[in-house]
Amino acid sequence: MDALRSARQRWMAVLARAESGLLRRLLDERAPLPGYTVLRGPEGGLVMVRGRAGGGGAPFNLGEMTVTRCSVSTATGFVGHAYIQGRDEARAELAALADALMQDPSWIDAIEQYVIAPLEHLQAQHRAERAGKAAATKVRFFTMRTMRT
Amino acid sequence: MTPGFADPVADAQACFRTILDAMARPGRVQSVFGATAPAPLCDAAAAVLLTLLDHETPLWLDPEAEAARPWITFHTGAPKGTSFAMALSLPDLNGFPAGSDEMPETSATIVVQVASLTSGRPYRLEGPGLREPAVVRITGLPDDFASIWQRNHALFPRGIDLILCAGNTLTALPRGVSVEEA
Repeated sequence: MDALRSARQRWMAVLARAESGLLRRLLDERAPLPGYTVLRGPEGGLVMVRGRAGGGGAPFNLGEMTVTRCSVSTATGFVGHAYIQGRDEARAELAALADALMQDPSWIDAIEQYVIAPLEHLQAQHRAERAGKAAATKVRFFTMRTMRT
Repeated sequence: MTPGFADPVADAQACFRTILDAMARPGRVQSVFGATAPAPLCDAAAAVLLTLLDHETPLWLDPEAEAARPWITFHTGAPKGTSFAMALSLPDLNGFPAGSDEMPETSATIVVQVASLTSGRPYRLEGPGLREPAVVRITGLPDDFASIWQRNHALFPRGIDLILCAGNTLTALPRGVSVEEA
């Protein structure tokens, strides 16, 4: 159960970060996709983002974030959910469909290989690129260390 | 799993208005539309649940209707409890809170799904909202319903409110109404 949960967390996180046009193109390439009905949404709402601060890690409310959610049920009976940041309703619906397909044993391999993996790779690249740019500006306070000792 | 209201905002508002009217005019049969009910619930009962339930209304669900729980939980988020009830046959009213004299609004509201609101045993209703005594015909309530109800009515201002549903129609019996067999 825990392994399944973390596996699903992984692909839902990838789908939630996916860029709308790319996600649609990757899914369209897998056509024909099974039919589906929308159970709820796509609908927008606000989610309170909480952070932790201070030595004790006391929670505080960082602020509200716009979130769009959607749930779909495929003709084969799998229910997929998506919660994405922002107001892109089409993207929420596609992400929910992809989540439903990832639970379908006859679709999981194709979606994993041609949708989830490329998206994840791309997102890792973006992250590495940003981290690289940030790292170049890092200041090393070695002088302070030598002063303290 | 099936969708809830076709148009979540407008349908819930229309259904809420219908329930208000039903409570204000006891015994008058009203129609509600828009909800696709999961088995074994009827459309009217499903619409009432979608309209009135949220994560702050603990729900008692008839064990016979357990098949509908995933649908109810998904669409409303209602936890388990007894401040609201969905029953396929009239449950023992003593199992539900009747409120207190200081806080009569904390009593339970019970949705009972019956076979028909247009045929069957006739009941004469009398009380607030009824200029003349009204007669409503109901199939699917226990034989001694009138005496069960009079015990609940005698608790006023405490007491339980009933919403009776059949197909896509509903009618309400608020606690202030007196019921006798006609």
